[in-house]
Amino acid sequence: MRIHIDKDVCIGAGQCALAAPGVFTQDDDGFSMVLPGREDGAGDPMVKVAVKACPVGAITLSDPAD
Amino acid sequence: MTEVSQPVAFPQDRSCPYHPPTAYDPLRTDRPLSRVTLYDGRQAWIVTGHGLARTLLADPRLSTDRTRPGFPITNARFAAIRERRTALLGVDDPEHHTQRRLLVPSFTVKRAAALRPDIQRIVDERLDAMIAQGPPADLVSTFALPVPSMVICSLLGVPYADHEFFEEQSRRLLRGPEVADVLDARARMEGYLGDLIDRKRKEPPGSGVLDDLIHRRAGDGEIDRDELISLGVILLVAGHETTANMISLGTFTLLRHPDRLAELRADPALLPAAVEELMRMLSIADGLLRQAVEDIEVDGATIRAGEGVLFSTSVINRDESTYPEPDTLDFARSARHHIAFGFGIHQCLGQNLARAEMEIALHTLFQRLPGLRLAAPAEDIPFKPGDTIQGMLELPVTW
Repeated sequence: MRIHIDKDVCIGAGQCALAAPGVFTQDDDGFSMVLPGREDGAGDPMVKVAVKACPVGAITLSDPAD
Repeated sequence: MTEVSQPVAFPQDRSCPYHPPTAYDPLRTDRPLSRVTLYDGRQAWIVTGHGLARTLLADPRLSTDRTRPGFPITNARFAAIRERRTALLGVDDPEHHTQRRLLVPSFTVKRAAALRPDIQRIVDERLDAMIAQGPPADLVSTFALPVPSMVICSLLGVPYADHEFFEEQSRRLLRGPEVADVLDARARMEGYLGDLIDRKRKEPPGSGVLDDLIHRRAGDGEIDRDELISLGVILLVAGHETTANMISLGTFTLLRHPDRLAELRADPALLPAAVEELMRMLSIADGLLRQAVEDIEVDGATIRAGEGVLFSTSVINRDESTYPEPDTLDFARSARHHIAFGFGIHQCLGQNLARAEMEIALHTLFQRLPGLRLAAPAEDIPFKPGDTIQGMLELPVTW
């Protein structure tokens, strides 16, 4: 699994960082980013909750084989 | 969807402050979309299903710009001030994104966490003062309102010494009671913020959000004085009224659910889930307003361009297909995806700060006052009318 955040869509609500703080954080501008080394979700079951919690659908998950 | 039934009037007063009005029952049996009649006799769509609400609140074909002709308005007071656009909540993208981008760094999860010690200190001081004077006490005026008011002052860089002024103007802006009150309160708030901004321009920058906007952003020409004032008004009003209502109504609700309160006292780790569940159950900002700018096909119906679309958060957050036994306060459920903070690009900017304030205020209040109870019969305690943000008008307590 690969996590992708569309920075043009993100509004900095921080809901991903709240739901899955082991995978997501907010950069200095307040927009979401994946913590370095956690781009595969690190097996955290809260990643899917974070995707659903995003109010603007900025986070997508993909299979690295794609 | 029933086409023949008479549309429900919206909004209406609650009969119990923590439940939707019983008059909305037809909306609950008629999900996910119904029709309502507004105060001026016009009709609008109302979204009542949780899934459809998430879809439509994220749909750019719905505008939040209240100056658009035909935009649905829910009372005469708001109609009187709709000719000028409200920053953030009354602005569509791309302009909205530009405004929000300026503020996002001040409202991150990390920033809210860093403010927790300050919030705790403010909560402790307010409780010290309340305990020294009481019992009994009115929890609204001694605790629920001062705490968020002090927090937002400190965050924005607004002097708390002026709190009586801006709390009074906020109250008049949101509740009138007359149209003239709203117009006068808006003029006074804008005058106050304008003076404060002009004063801050001449001073070395402080640490508040307004200081940051004035000295770093305005200097770059990103934002002009009128926009600064408009942002200042919305941040100041939304920053204290809403949280104050959640603290007062949250306390009332917990006191009316002694089993849940005992559960929370026994296990403080439940606190974040309890706050989310209270947000879901209380849905204090009921009736988000939008207008279709294009035809939108939904659920077998067509929302035509120009038609009003309302979102009843209290009804949506009790969609039984998402929240089984939705009228029950249950900290074990996952209330996480409630839309009490809205959804889409306008989802509450201050939600991370609000969560920190609610958690600290409720936890500390019940920890320090184990005997806290209502000092009047519950049914005699006044709460706010349906056409504004929900909350208690007074909350007489003893301990």
